Amino acid sequence: MSPPDGGVQPEERLATALARLILDPSAPPVRHIAVGAASPIPAAACWLVAKSGHSVRLSLLHKRSGNPFTEGSRELFDLTGQGRIDLFFLGGGQIDGRANINLIGTGEWPGQGVRFPGSFGSAFMYLMTPRTILFREEHSPRVLVQKVDIVSAAGVTPPEVFRRGTAQALVTGRCVFRFNPDRARFTLESVHPGESVESIRSQTGFDFDVPEAVPATPDPTPDELALLRGPVCEEMLETYPEFCARVFGQKAAA
Amino acid sequence: MTRVSLEALAEAVPDGALLALPPDNSLPSVALAKALVRRDAKGLRLLGVPVSGFATDLLIGAGCVAEVQTSAVSLGEAGFAPRFSAAVKAGAITVRDATCPAIHTMLQAAEKGVPFMPLRGVIGSDIIAHRPDWRVVQNPLSDRPDPILILPALHPDTAAVHAVMADEAGNVWVGRRRECATLAHASRKLLVTVERVVPGNMLEDERLAPGTISATYVEAFAVAERGAHPVALLDEYGFDAAYVAAYARAARTEEGFRAWVEEHVFGHTAQVAAE
Repeated sequence: MSPPDGGVQPEERLATALARLILDPSAPPVRHIAVGAASPIPAAACWLVAKSGHSVRLSLLHKRSGNPFTEGSRELFDLTGQGRIDLFFLGGGQIDGRANINLIGTGEWPGQGVRFPGSFGSAFMYLMTPRTILFREEHSPRVLVQKVDIVSAAGVTPPEVFRRGTAQALVTGRCVFRFNPDRARFTLESVHPGESVESIRSQTGFDFDVPEAVPATPDPTPDELALLRGPVCEEMLETYPEFCARVFGQKAAA
Repeated sequence: MTRVSLEALAEAVPDGALLALPPDNSLPSVALAKALVRRDAKGLRLLGVPVSGFATDLLIGAGCVAEVQTSAVSLGEAGFAPRFSAAVKAGAITVRDATCPAIHTMLQAAEKGVPFMPLRGVIGSDIIAHRPDWRVVQNPLSDRPDPILILPALHPDTAAVHAVMADEAGNVWVGRRRECATLAHASRKLLVTVERVVPGNMLEDERLAPGTISATYVEAFAVAERGAHPVALLDEYGFDAAYVAAYARAARTEEGFRAWVEEHVFGHTAQVAAE
């Protein structure tokens, strides 16, 4: 069953953009990806990679039946400490131009303005995973800020601090940015349909680099769409029933 | 290890206790949280292991909580935890922010009986500046500069989980949620609610033993059917998303929260759950 209007849903385009970043041949190889809480679009991206025939192990923290961990989230962090997790996704209530993320809140500590849920494992995962893809659907000046009010996890750290990697990219509902850790700056890589360099600038609170030509973020191919709406959706129904119903028009079996 | 009533189990958590609760995907005892609201517990210091969910928001809303140490408080797909957010804004509770593996590590240090344990990562986060009990030191085993975070052992007064079953020996079974065992080892006492009591001794069954917490650690347990609800319990029952969403809507306001508690903690529904 496809969505009511049959067109490409924004979530499908985002999942496909994330899947292409996961498979980027210039980035460190991915053998094992972990996906944390409440992350249906990153989870869809990972399943798309797996269902496209790439050999990758997925560990979904919130999978109920067949959960991969026998020591809960502690095992996820221990696995990451051991160097067995190659890629993780993080978001942020605020994300700044140096790829710092804030999951704690705005205003004075500990979030006297708007309190966000909290840091989760970000302060550890961001340094201990070779690659992080930052993902936040809302792309507005209140989310993408010049400088975060509170640093939950730092985008760059001094050279003597042990660190396996940092942000590869930031994907939003409007565009894809690449992150250059040496310069601690984002570069605009592609804009989603309906967006332009100007519209991205007006909705982004931090400065970023713009190459001469900025392409549009590609749509999913027909094969990718078929995978998303078929086998990917099947894998996600148990954990994300509302997402599957809304995006793929698919209801879980009663 | 003794079998007691649910209300007696709530009496075993004194006011002001440091009470460790697993998150919504790892066997929290919502039944005990509701019983704590009924007994009007005060000044609890909650520890989210490593994050906090439904039970924590309920206890905060009911005025049972002085402090929360956690890595996040969230209702998952139902969004931000409304009573937690309101209490932070009002300054009614102290929040001690952490990050998930730091909480696990502090409990692992307690489990081993050592005073502290190091953890990679975290450096660069503002969390450290607000944790005077955490310290960044030079790795003593390295010849080159290598700053590393050390964390103190953390011994909760009480931990509360909801397990599937207890046996005649007082062992409790948590299945694949073996992180609950670390919590049991690190805490001074473990209080458990269970769906049912089974005959025999689960530690004599090779297939049940790995998911069993020995009665050594169990202070007391009580039978509370559907005691994790609305949270999922392994393969016993699923997450009740509609119930949590209805709570999240009601708890947007103090009045809505009070009405919800009247119905679901003190009302007919709660009585059935407590029997």
